[in-house]
Amino acid sequence: MKTVRAPRPGRRIGAAALLALGIAALGAGGARSAAAPLLNRPAPPFTRSDLAGKTLRLGDYRGKVVLLNFWATWCGPCVAEVPRFSAWQKRYAAAGLQVIGVSMDDGGAVVKRFLRRTPLAYPIVLGDARLGRLYGGINGLPQSFLIDPRGRIVARYVGELDLARLQMQIKALLPRRPG
Amino acid sequence: MKHDARTALATLCLMLCIYACPGDALAKHLPASSIPAAMLIEPAALAAELKSAGRAKPLVLQVGFHTLYEEAHIAGAEYAGPAAEEAGLRELGLRVKSLPKDADIVIYCGCCPWSHCPNIAAAFDRLRSLGFTHVRVLHLADNFGADWVDKGYPVASAR
Repeated sequence: MKTVRAPRPGRRIGAAALLALGIAALGAGGARSAAAPLLNRPAPPFTRSDLAGKTLRLGDYRGKVVLLNFWATWCGPCVAEVPRFSAWQKRYAAAGLQVIGVSMDDGGAVVKRFLRRTPLAYPIVLGDARLGRLYGGINGLPQSFLIDPRGRIVARYVGELDLARLQMQIKALLPRRPG
Repeated sequence: MKHDARTALATLCLMLCIYACPGDALAKHLPASSIPAAMLIEPAALAAELKSAGRAKPLVLQVGFHTLYEEAHIAGAEYAGPAAEEAGLRELGLRVKSLPKDADIVIYCGCCPWSHCPNIAAAFDRLRSLGFTHVRVLHLADNFGADWVDKGYPVASAR
């Protein structure tokens, strides 16, 4: 049986930096790449309480690959995507992935109802206009940002995603090899 | 007979699935494709119309979700939604109650890709059923950000 040695984390991060350029250029298939003022810049920090009441600070996830997904329960493509993100959270958590959901619903009650029917394995915070503006304007959903372990935005996806392609991009950025 | 029963059961399951589906606003929304093409106005045309001096401007209503309206909306547009919910349709009805039936109204949403929008057709349908004869619908193919904000058309925010 052939054993594949996992590259050292530093090397993986270095390779990821190069890869980031490719990711930013290619996007994730069907999703449209938006105007890119945030690309290759530090992800704007924010602190929010998640729907479980726990404080979530984006900066606490430094060292992980973060998929920051702006979504809402009324958005068909968003609702189709989130179960896959939940599956990735479970599968790649040990390799360094953290999915964070930002719901742009008009209030938390509808999101809590949704989560009772469709539990997600990652934290959800409630977004608002301020957080939307911080991320360059969330004027339509779905929108996702891929943030590398150094805390820099390496891709922004607007619209429906090619999930298989996004999964490959995430795997390539992970600081540790998935088990 | 057995086949009929199975078909009926499958249909019932499908219906239950659709209605129990996530996203209350999604459960039974009218598709945007139900809006006649003749009622649509493209973003460039509306932007030009709003910019042109010396002609009466239409009443522009955002019939989507308030969080998105608060972040950015067409300059001068008012909020009257979300039309995917009965409460939002009531808001819309109240806003237009005192208007003449031939009032020039443009509605828009742009919360998500056109074919997935839960609000726009519901709002159009309600205004037509209330007797409004001059209702136009802004066609935002991708979303408000891509088709309006990114094009540089006039935007305001409710800070």
